[in-house]
Amino acid sequence: MLTIKSESRGLIAHGVSACAGCGLELAARIILDVLGSNTVIVIPPGCAALFSGYGKETVTKIPGFQGNLESTAAYAAGIKAGFEVQGRGDIQVLGLAGDGATVDIGLQALSGALERGDKILYICYDNEAYMNTGIQGSGSTPLNAWTTTTPGGKSVYRKDMIGIVAAHKIPYAATASVGYVDDFKKKVEKAKAATAEGPAYIHVHAPCPTGWGSKPEHTIEVAKLAVQSLCWPLYEIVNGVNYKITVPVAKPKPVSEYLKLQKRFSGVDAKQVEAMQTAVELDYARLTKK
Amino acid sequence: MSTRVMLDGNGAASEGLRLAKVRVISAYPITPQSPISEKLADFVVQGKLDAKYIRVESEHSAMCCAIGAQLTGVRAGTATSSVGLALMHEVLGVAAGCRVPIVMPVVNRSLVSPWSLWCDHQDAMAERDGGWMQLYAESAQEVLDLILIAYRTAEDARVQLPAMVCLDGFFLSHMSDAVYVPDQATVDAYLPPYVCHNFHLDPGDPVFINNLTPTVDYTEMRYQQAVAFRQAPEVLMEAMADFKKVFGRDYSMIEAYQCDDAEAVIVTLGSMSGTAKYTVDQLRAQGKKVGVLKITSYRPFPAGQIKQALAKVAVVGVMDRSPGYGAQVAPVATEVRAVLGGKPVQGFIAGLGGRDISPATFTKAFEKLLSQEITADVDWVDVKENALTIREVK
Repeated sequence: MLTIKSESRGLIAHGVSACAGCGLELAARIILDVLGSNTVIVIPPGCAALFSGYGKETVTKIPGFQGNLESTAAYAAGIKAGFEVQGRGDIQVLGLAGDGATVDIGLQALSGALERGDKILYICYDNEAYMNTGIQGSGSTPLNAWTTTTPGGKSVYRKDMIGIVAAHKIPYAATASVGYVDDFKKKVEKAKAATAEGPAYIHVHAPCPTGWGSKPEHTIEVAKLAVQSLCWPLYEIVNGVNYKITVPVAKPKPVSEYLKLQKRFSGVDAKQVEAMQTAVELDYARLTKK
Repeated sequence: MSTRVMLDGNGAASEGLRLAKVRVISAYPITPQSPISEKLADFVVQGKLDAKYIRVESEHSAMCCAIGAQLTGVRAGTATSSVGLALMHEVLGVAAGCRVPIVMPVVNRSLVSPWSLWCDHQDAMAERDGGWMQLYAESAQEVLDLILIAYRTAEDARVQLPAMVCLDGFFLSHMSDAVYVPDQATVDAYLPPYVCHNFHLDPGDPVFINNLTPTVDYTEMRYQQAVAFRQAPEVLMEAMADFKKVFGRDYSMIEAYQCDDAEAVIVTLGSMSGTAKYTVDQLRAQGKKVGVLKITSYRPFPAGQIKQALAKVAVVGVMDRSPGYGAQVAPVATEVRAVLGGKPVQGFIAGLGGRDISPATFTKAFEKLLSQEITADVDWVDVKENALTIREVK
């Protein structure tokens, strides 16, 4: 048993067993700082389950429930409903799930909750693969990235998850990055406010040094480069129609600069980089026209 | 006070959940359960039930929503059937392991393949070891009454286990019968508001539920569930005794019909029990000493009571409505055989995929027992003679 010598700041204890340089850990601390203690968190198995804890110990100072991989949104919807019928609808219910638990297996339950207008906040931390089980490819793994189940590089584009969410026309949806903390915080605040009306969704880009082969001390740099190279644009969508870029990129850096800090793209050739460059530019152009 | 109205089994189940004052309903339609989902939605819209209705997108989510809602301290309701129950399988274990005492009507229907919309018990039997209590109803009245009894038992601090109230698809779910529907005040006196005794979600008293549990605790937490099952029969019998005092109707974990002097008895579950009793009356009129032992509580399994009820019976048969592939006999027969230790127990399988278990089927089974023609193999008593050539692919 550890003796706690100093109280941790915020709602997450220090000494979390996340990997060095974990983008998710930073995201989780930011999220709970903004949401405050009147919050219930639902976490499925995955990297964030580290915050659920182990045995008799937990990392969060708020109540939580570790659900199943595919049903974070459904548990959150039920919890919210339980509070609402007891006149405690002010309690914020947060689902915090990874890309696998959101983009792949959890998509059905999430879509159901979004369509019904359940007043929950759902945040997907995207480290672009199933990191907790050992770097297997997900629907959010980008084109050409190495994972243990895409050993030759992923041959297809990632799912446009935020586009799928926006199609549900929910009050608030946004992308975010741990490299842009102020922007992320503002979005969590807006999302929190939006849950008075209906569901809110944030998709936060959270680099994973273990899975990406980047240096732990480079996490923020990698996250920033993703945004500056147009690989991860930062924007928000109100009611599914009003798109707004929140961190405009006037002079984008080349995609190659983002890739070179990570080992997962080490097998990529010049032609593939060119294809990626074209794809992100097209995406960004489409986005800015919305 | 109660009102006598015509209700089918689904209607009785809906009334049971309404009278239990469920506050959150998460429902997904599946034949033959759909009328329960519809009726509960109606109750909420008409203001007959003060609840939030969540129109979920799958049975899996239905159970997750119900678990989540109930963890905040309110009764949550849902209902399912067949492949819907199978889809819930993963999270049925969460309800049981987190000790969330949800009561769920299960309208029994076959599993695939081949597809069937009709009754048998394969769906519930596939969940028999998952930590849920299972009560089987014989009539629409029993559906309503067992739901109230199940709530009383499930929520007791000594139990805290979820419960299925099983009703046979179409035979019970869609057949109308005269049902006594009690008034709310009487039900309220019998079934007080839900009090959560264990895991709960409340920012005022934070606790993290269902996190990763190491080997040093896992076995012990499973053992706690086993102890709950050990304590459940006493609580269930108390709930049934109180039910009789309040509502006047008599329930027990097993019901022995004409078993006292019987030479042959067939063990039954659910709606087939009525047919079995009718057949017993017919055969008794011919001087044949036969009886029926209906099991109402399959989980917890009333082994001692069954042993006592069948102590003097020479030959026992069990009518299973599920096949029990690869086993010596089907599920109910397996357990009855274990209880009776050495006494011949004939396993019968009938009524799969909605086939009626008719008096003729029971008569055939009783005649086999009375003639002491016990076979080691399970007897598919209603199978057609050309079974192996039906839809044969050459």
